[in-house]
Amino acid sequence: MGTEGIDIFTAEAREAREAATREGRELAETERVVAGAEAATPQEALARTREGEDIAARALPGSRDPMIINLGPQHPSTHGVLRLITELDGEIVRDVHPVIGYLHTGIEKQCENKTFWQAITLVTRMDYLSPFFNIHAYTASVEKLLGLEVPERAKWLRVMISELNRITSHLVWLGTSGLELGAITVFFYTYRERDRALDLFEMISGERMNNRYFQVGGCADDVPPGFLGLLKRFVDEMPSRVDEYEGMLSANPIWIERTRGVGVLPADELIDLGITGPALRAAGVDLDLRKARPYSGYEHFDFTVPVGGNGDAYDRYLIRLREIRESTRIIQQCLDGLPEGPHIADDRKVVLPPRPELATSMEALIHHFKLVTEGFRVPEGEAYTAVESPRGEIGCYVVADGGPKPVRVHMRDASFVNLQALRPMAKDAYLADLIAMIGSLDNVMGGVDR
Amino acid sequence: MVDEPIWLLVVKTVLLVFLVITFFAYMSLFERKLIGRAQARYGPNRVGPWGYLQPLADVMKLIFKEDFVPQGANRWLFQLAPVMSLVTAITALALIPFGDPVNILGQDVNLVGIDVSIGLLIVFALSGMGFYGLILGGWASGNKYSLLGSARTAAQLVSYEVAMGLSVVGVVLISQSLSLMDIVHKQQETVWYIVCQPIGFAIFVITAVAETNRTPFDLPESESELVAGYMTEYGGLKFAMYLMSEYINMIVVSAIGATLFLGGFAGPWLPGWIWLIIKVLAMLFIFIWLRATLPRLRYDQLMRLGWKVLLPLATVNLIVTAIVIGIFFQN
Repeated sequence: MGTEGIDIFTAEAREAREAATREGRELAETERVVAGAEAATPQEALARTREGEDIAARALPGSRDPMIINLGPQHPSTHGVLRLITELDGEIVRDVHPVIGYLHTGIEKQCENKTFWQAITLVTRMDYLSPFFNIHAYTASVEKLLGLEVPERAKWLRVMISELNRITSHLVWLGTSGLELGAITVFFYTYRERDRALDLFEMISGERMNNRYFQVGGCADDVPPGFLGLLKRFVDEMPSRVDEYEGMLSANPIWIERTRGVGVLPADELIDLGITGPALRAAGVDLDLRKARPYSGYEHFDFTVPVGGNGDAYDRYLIRLREIRESTRIIQQCLDGLPEGPHIADDRKVVLPPRPELATSMEALIHHFKLVTEGFRVPEGEAYTAVESPRGEIGCYVVADGGPKPVRVHMRDASFVNLQALRPMAKDAYLADLIAMIGSLDNVMGGVDR
Repeated sequence: MVDEPIWLLVVKTVLLVFLVITFFAYMSLFERKLIGRAQARYGPNRVGPWGYLQPLADVMKLIFKEDFVPQGANRWLFQLAPVMSLVTAITALALIPFGDPVNILGQDVNLVGIDVSIGLLIVFALSGMGFYGLILGGWASGNKYSLLGSARTAAQLVSYEVAMGLSVVGVVLISQSLSLMDIVHKQQETVWYIVCQPIGFAIFVITAVAETNRTPFDLPESESELVAGYMTEYGGLKFAMYLMSEYINMIVVSAIGATLFLGGFAGPWLPGWIWLIIKVLAMLFIFIWLRATLPRLRYDQLMRLGWKVLLPLATVNLIVTAIVIGIFFQN
């Protein structure tokens, strides 16, 4: 850590403190975190976040000093590089201060230096477990700005691949949160299936992760021969695999003990915090963008949105497993009714011309050259489109000024918003439950930091 | 018991320590292969034929690691703690009877390190002392994860040692002896005590898992919360010592369980020590199977299970045993 960094942050902290005293209020949450984020040790960080507060007034009579422990950024179960400054009283968590930014890659800023179609590659790398949802939100926003209609087959392909991605994302979640609670075996089972799904991704997009398959106007390519058969075999088998996971965990008394009643927040508080996805649906709120605001032809599909009742980690677990089953149903329907037609829109100003045409058509060659070197121009305006990712609402806000590069690309990432729920949840919980809560929220740090 | 010259005792000791360390090494391989099978993969299969030289490779790796003591650590205790754990674990082996005395090349040899009249008590004392190794190691590391790990160890020791002690008192009541050799002989005359003490055996197995810090009771080293608990700061050979003491403790506790409840070295056709090893392996299989299957308990749930379920159950079991023996088998 360079000294400059510290200086900037102390300066910022000082400014925040001065503003707070001037206005006669306590430091706001974000100001405290900013003040503490770059500190060298957790004690220092906490001391800084607490400056301006009267510590003696906070302390209850007879209470002990908490032990401050620094979970992360390098820790086996903080899902990558989440740092949690945790105040512990014995085994009880008195408070946690999540510190993020350790995986910050500046993707949103980099997008401004790329053309619209180059930025797709960057967007996939945000939430690396759900790349298809990231591009889906981004391309849908760009298509909205362009007023481009996506062909029916492309929509269905997008739904099909997105749902497959939902399955792989939930599989990673299930495996890792099993590991966190000590159930090591389920991890290997879920990764066995995930690997087959990644093979399918590789087949269709050439990449196992960070797949750049969706394109502005549709999908980059049609399905390769043999793909649909393999996918069918995968989704036919998947429900029995989910039975296998359920057999290991759903009725396991220790698993139930560890997850029942853990990380409960009332539904209205979750809504206030902006939580979406399985974490919200577990608390009984029936909000799924695929149903609430159908996009990409989701209205044609017959599926249910699982909703829980208690809002604890066990409900979230059940809901994600049922979502895997629902996703297989959606994929089945895609396979049964996949419409014929082009896989991408036929707008030569935006979409690359088909490869064979380049050899015969001068016009196609010019279009190709212009698109690759300069990119397409997007009319001035701004657009926000949201899709239902495995973690909740992923929305992409794109601002265009008429040029070939976006002025601003911003992601409303579900992991980032859902992480807010951790602090109210974790108060006065056991340390082991804190780990279960991080797992049950399913944050992906790539998406949080972007 | 036959009298033995001192040199024989020394030879026996060296041989036993050598054998148990080899057994430990192959047990870790056994565990990894077995868990691999449970998890739809192969386990180690690269070093040597079918991976059977994997333990050697692991040992070589650990030997060449840097012998590191962290800055905030209490140097002396930090180095002493793993030794304590290991020494007590190995010492307990001396009390396990492997068979009746045999004659090897004209020399009578006891197939037990030492058979004393309070054998069972010594085993418990040693396992209690072994925990100090974990507690001190965690405390001396100067790391908060380690400290939490050793606090958990201490709590777990207290909760489960009691229930475990009570679960074996039934056996002592029936056999009227604390000597492990006598207990085995009594079982040879009557039946294996698992028949008359099924609840005692069940409690013993559960508490044994807790005593050896194995899943689902591996809270002292729960990797997802405490990184590695009390051994977070340990590396190289000192880490190997902890690992060794954990596995040797498993072997010891399995051997004690086999001796107390499963007839020890008693069995037809085969020599006694083979029977003991078969029984020990069967117990170890249960340990490994549990690890592949179950998630970890939470701290308060562990305490609740220990104090509110196992302890009353063990007490009732003991009282019923005592009454039955008092009424029907007074002589």
